[in-house]
Amino acid sequence: MKKILMAGMMVVMALSAAAQVKKQAPAGTTASIARGKVLYKQICATCHQADATGVPRMNPPLIKTKYVLGDKTKLIKVLLLGLNEDVEIEGEYYSNPMPSQATLKDEEIADVLTFVRNSFGNKAPAITPGQVKAVRATIK
Amino acid sequence: MHKMSKMFVLAVIATAGISTSYAYTGGPDKPGATEIPVKTDADNAGLKLPAGFGALKAIDGLGHTRHIAVTSSGEIYVKLDRPKDGKGILFLQDTNGDGKIDKQTGFGNYGGTGIYVKGDYLYASSNTEVFRYKLDAKQHVINTETPEKIITGLIDRHQHESKSLTLDNNGNIYVNIGAYSNSCQVKDRTKGSMGMKPCPVLDSAAGIWQFKADKANQTYGDGVHYATGLRNVVGLDWNQQQNQLFVMQHGRDQLHDLFPDLYTEKQSADLPAECMYAVKKGSDCGWPYIYYDPEKHKKMLAPEYGGDGVKTAGESAEDPVVAFPAHMAPNGLLFYTGKQFPEKYRNGAFIAFHGSWNRSPEDQAGYFVVFVPFRDGKPSGKWEVFADGFAGPGPVKSPGQALHRPCGLAQGPDGSLYVSDDVKGTVYRIVYKAK
Repeated sequence: MKKILMAGMMVVMALSAAAQVKKQAPAGTTASIARGKVLYKQICATCHQADATGVPRMNPPLIKTKYVLGDKTKLIKVLLLGLNEDVEIEGEYYSNPMPSQATLKDEEIADVLTFVRNSFGNKAPAITPGQVKAVRATIK
Repeated sequence: MHKMSKMFVLAVIATAGISTSYAYTGGPDKPGATEIPVKTDADNAGLKLPAGFGALKAIDGLGHTRHIAVTSSGEIYVKLDRPKDGKGILFLQDTNGDGKIDKQTGFGNYGGTGIYVKGDYLYASSNTEVFRYKLDAKQHVINTETPEKIITGLIDRHQHESKSLTLDNNGNIYVNIGAYSNSCQVKDRTKGSMGMKPCPVLDSAAGIWQFKADKANQTYGDGVHYATGLRNVVGLDWNQQQNQLFVMQHGRDQLHDLFPDLYTEKQSADLPAECMYAVKKGSDCGWPYIYYDPEKHKKMLAPEYGGDGVKTAGESAEDPVVAFPAHMAPNGLLFYTGKQFPEKYRNGAFIAFHGSWNRSPEDQAGYFVVFVPFRDGKPSGKWEVFADGFAGPGPVKSPGQALHRPCGLAQGPDGSLYVSDDVKGTVYRIVYKAK
């Protein structure tokens, strides 16, 4: 019994150590997520909700959708240009227009998108200010 | 833990409520007469109602059912937000009279919100057009495939797109065309962006248009721009006693997000009022230049037009008949003319509040049906919550948590009150049980 307990504890410790290593790996990403979290609350949370579940029929959820986790260029464009078309996610439609966030700096857009892509159960690579800058250049 | 104990209590209540209750719904002019008893659900369909009332789920799981209409024989038409299997209107029948829908058919390959039965026609709207279907003596649609298109070309820009409708007794139909904007900013819903003056949205939206109920292919030029300055109206009804149109406006959003220096988060959660207006031809209710403060009881200059939370404005704009708390989203309005409910409810207003989404970090509010007593066409008392519990037992932090959201209201021929829910597509029927 004791042995099992010990083994179990060791597994837990090993797992948490692994999780810490995983967290530590992208140091810049962690800071970007922290900055993005503040921006999300200020700019996004009213419509997309604090828990990113959105508003039925109106504002889409940001949880595990292809819009959030998929193509970075498309996602950056949604923020720079806004979006005024019906969005379909798992058979549900969301119709409210999203205003352009082009007045945000490249770094701010990168931070908030990196936060969203790594929160609410999402896991996707960070978005960098350079990537935002490159997309911004194509639409100017 | 708190949630668990609440659920336990609910379970106990549900189990204890087995004692069968019947509603003696009577005929149209026979209050309390015993015709076919409708059995209410043991848990009153999960609703909290005033003493003496009961409820049942007539049907569940229809999808996003928006507005609802009930025929003279108690059969139901509901409008779906989007067509399901090519059917945007569902026709629901209870063939054995037990109150539960046991036959369902559909037609109309378009989504939308508005649906209304008046005389020999069923009227239904998409987000850009209005159709009507001829009814037979049983108020069944004669030909579901060939409606008359009576109104076309209305604006739909993905915001406030519902074309809710009602009719008067003189052959006119009234259609809401909601503003494709929150507050007519140069840049919609963008922090600090100021309002356009004059607001160009007002020429083709943010108002009520009156059309002929029997004329084909009408558009803006054929209609009367009946009332303006209404941001978005989803619930509206013709008051038969006053012979006048009453509307419920969805007030503006995001005062704090857009003008954080002028409004706190708390103020933004509590402002502005959701207003009921009695409108007449030519009424201007003031949007986007003003909003109504339910605490100060004043029309306030909107920050997009130089307002600061203190300056009043809009002297010529209509005053609301009733001002409700902010953001609760009134989606259905019905003046009760039935005789089943007690005297106090006669000619009063029921309002279905869909429930808020922008009161964060406060709990969301609404998700209930309220009642306002009326006498001689004017409110004769304070509004009260009539039916609650649609959203479920807990507080709603985000609208996605709500199990059901009341959207449409209709009155049955026996005086039952029907409520449609656009989350799961439940149709509730609320009845008064004889003492």
